[in-house]
Amino acid sequence: MLNRTADNVARATPEPLAKKIRGISDKGLAWLFISPTILLLLAINIFPLFWAIYLSFTNYRANRPNEVVKNLGLANYRRILGDQDIWIAMQTTAHFVFWTILLQTVIGFTLAWLIDRKFRGHAFWTTIILVPMMLSPAVVGNFWRFLYEPQIGLFAYAVSFLTGIPPTNVQMLSNVELAPWAIVIVDTWMWTPYVMLICLAGLRSIPEYIYEAAEVDRASNWRQFWSITLPMALPFIMLAVLFRGIENFKMFDMVNLLTGGGPGSTTEVASITLKRQAFESWRTGYSSAFAIILFVAVFGLANIYVKALNKVKQR
Amino acid sequence: MSLTTAHSVVAPSSNSKRIAGALVVGYALISIVPLLWIFATSFKTPPDSIAYPPKIVFQPSIEGYCNLFTTRTRQTPEYINSLGPATGFCDQTVRKRNMVIAGQSNFLPRFVNSLIIAFGSTFCAVFLGTLSAYGFSRFKVPLADDLLFFILSTRMMPPIAVAIPIYLMYRELGLSDTALGMILLYTAVNVSLAVWLLKGFIDEIPREYEEAAMIDGYTRLQAFWRTVLPQATTGIAATAIFCLIFAWNEYAFAALLTSGTAQTAPPFIPTIIGEGGQDWPAVAAGTTIFLVPILVFTILLRKQLLRGITFGAVRK
Repeated sequence: MLNRTADNVARATPEPLAKKIRGISDKGLAWLFISPTILLLLAINIFPLFWAIYLSFTNYRANRPNEVVKNLGLANYRRILGDQDIWIAMQTTAHFVFWTILLQTVIGFTLAWLIDRKFRGHAFWTTIILVPMMLSPAVVGNFWRFLYEPQIGLFAYAVSFLTGIPPTNVQMLSNVELAPWAIVIVDTWMWTPYVMLICLAGLRSIPEYIYEAAEVDRASNWRQFWSITLPMALPFIMLAVLFRGIENFKMFDMVNLLTGGGPGSTTEVASITLKRQAFESWRTGYSSAFAIILFVAVFGLANIYVKALNKVKQR
Repeated sequence: MSLTTAHSVVAPSSNSKRIAGALVVGYALISIVPLLWIFATSFKTPPDSIAYPPKIVFQPSIEGYCNLFTTRTRQTPEYINSLGPATGFCDQTVRKRNMVIAGQSNFLPRFVNSLIIAFGSTFCAVFLGTLSAYGFSRFKVPLADDLLFFILSTRMMPPIAVAIPIYLMYRELGLSDTALGMILLYTAVNVSLAVWLLKGFIDEIPREYEEAAMIDGYTRLQAFWRTVLPQATTGIAATAIFCLIFAWNEYAFAALLTSGTAQTAPPFIPTIIGEGGQDWPAVAAGTTIFLVPILVFTILLRKQLLRGITFGAVRK
C-alpha cells in the first residue's frame, strides 16, 4: 500500500524536484553503502589471497626478500601431496575434529534436552554453562597448561584422586598417547555450550501439539524421542556441527598454547604445521600452496555440507 | 501420569525435572571449576600456587597482581634494609622475597593495546556493517546473495593462511606491528559478522516506517538516520559486543603480526615468567583481569547469544 503511494508521489513530482526530495537515487545509495565493505574485503582478504596463489607457484622465502624468485609451476603442490608430514598433520586434524565434534554433539544435545525440561533455575544455570565459550581460547588454553601440570595441576590431582594413579604419572601434555586427548578435552570443555545453545533452540522450535498428538496416539517416550524430537532438531544439530567443524579444522590458538604441536608432532594439527612451515622454516611459497589447499578443502566441505543441510531443512 | 492432575499431557513430571536439574547443575559446576581456579590462583602466593595437594583454602595475597604489573630484581637483605621504608603495598610484598621493584611490566601497555585495537576495529566494523546491512536489506542489489556469501566466506579462511600474505603486505606498507594494521585486519574479519547479524536485525524493522518518513518529505538518507538507526540500536549494540569479544580474544593474527609496540594481551599473557619457570599467580592475575570484561558482556548478551554465534542463522 504505502509502497504504491510512495511511487505515485515520486512519479507525480517533476524529475529535478524528485531528485532533490530523494537525495541520491536508491541505486546510488545502495552502492555507496555497500562498496566500502566490499573494498575493504578486497584489500584485506582477496588481494592477499591472490598474492598467496601467486606465491604458491614460486620458491619465495619471506626471510630472504632479495633473492631471485623462481617459478616452480605446480611443484609445491606436488610436493605437499607427497609429503608424509602433511598427511600425518591431516590425520591429527581429522582425529581432533572427529572426536571434538562427536563429544560436543552428544554432551551438548543431552544438556539441551535436559535443560528443555525447564526445571527451576534453568535460565541461571544455562548462563553459567555458556561462560567458557565466550572466553579467549588462547588465554584459557594457556591456563589449562597449569591445570594439566603432572604434580601440581588440579586436573592431574583430580584424576589421581578418582583413579588412584600417582599424580606424577598423569602427564597429559608430555605423553604421546595422552596429548591428543588433552586438546580434545579442552576444546570439548570450551565449545560444548555452543552446541548446547543451538540444540536448545532446535528443541524449543518443536511445537507442543505434535507431542500432544503423539500422546493421544499412545506413542512411547522412546518412540517420541526418535521420531519427533531427534528428526525435528536435526537441522539445528547439523548447523552446530557445520560451524564447529569449520572452526576446529582451522584450530590454532588453543593448541598452539597448550602443546605447540608437541610432544614431537603428536598434536600438530594443520594450522600448526602451516605456522611452522611459514613462520619458522620460512618456506613461504610452499606454505602458501598448503594454505590454498586448506582453504579449498574448508570451502568445498562447507559447500557440500550446506547443501545437505538445506535438504534436511526442506523435509 | 494421570489425566486428572496434569494440565498438559506432555509436561515433564516433577521427578524427571529434578533429575534433569541435578545433572545440568552438576555439569555447570564442573565446567566452572577451571575458571574459579584461575580466580583463586590469582590470589595465591607463588609457593601456594604450586603446593601439593592443590590448596583450596589459603591465605589470600595480592602478590600475583603485584608481579603482573611490575618487574623486580633480586637484592641482598643488606641492600633492602638500607632502603627507606616500603612505600606501597606491593613494595612491601615484594621485599619479603628479597626483591625490589625495578619498574613497570609490559602488561599495562599490552592491555591498553588490546583496548585500542578492539574498540577501534569494532567501531569500524559496525559502521561499515550497518551501512552494508541496510543496503542489502532495503535495496535490490544485483547478485546480493553472491555478495553476501562472498562476505561470509572471507571468514572461513584459516587465520594462518590469511596471515602469510598479510605479513608480506604489511611489511611492504609499513603496517607490521602497528595498531592501525591490526585495526584494519580485525575490521575486515568482523565486518562479515556485522553485515550478517545487522541484516537480520534491520530486516525485522518494518519498511513502512521509512516510507512514511519519506512521504513526510525526508530523503532516504534522513529516513535511514531518523527512523531505522534508532530502532536498530539493540541490534547494533549486540553486534558491537560480538565484534568486541572477537577482537579482544583474537590470538593467531596478533601472535604472528605483532611483536612489540602493538602487541595485544593474548599473546603477551603466556609470556609472563618469574624466576624458575612460569609465574602462575601473575598469569592467573592477568587472565582474570583479561576475562572479567567478557564475563560482564556475556551476561548482558545472553538473550542475543544464539544469534551472534550462528551469524544470525538461528534467531529463536
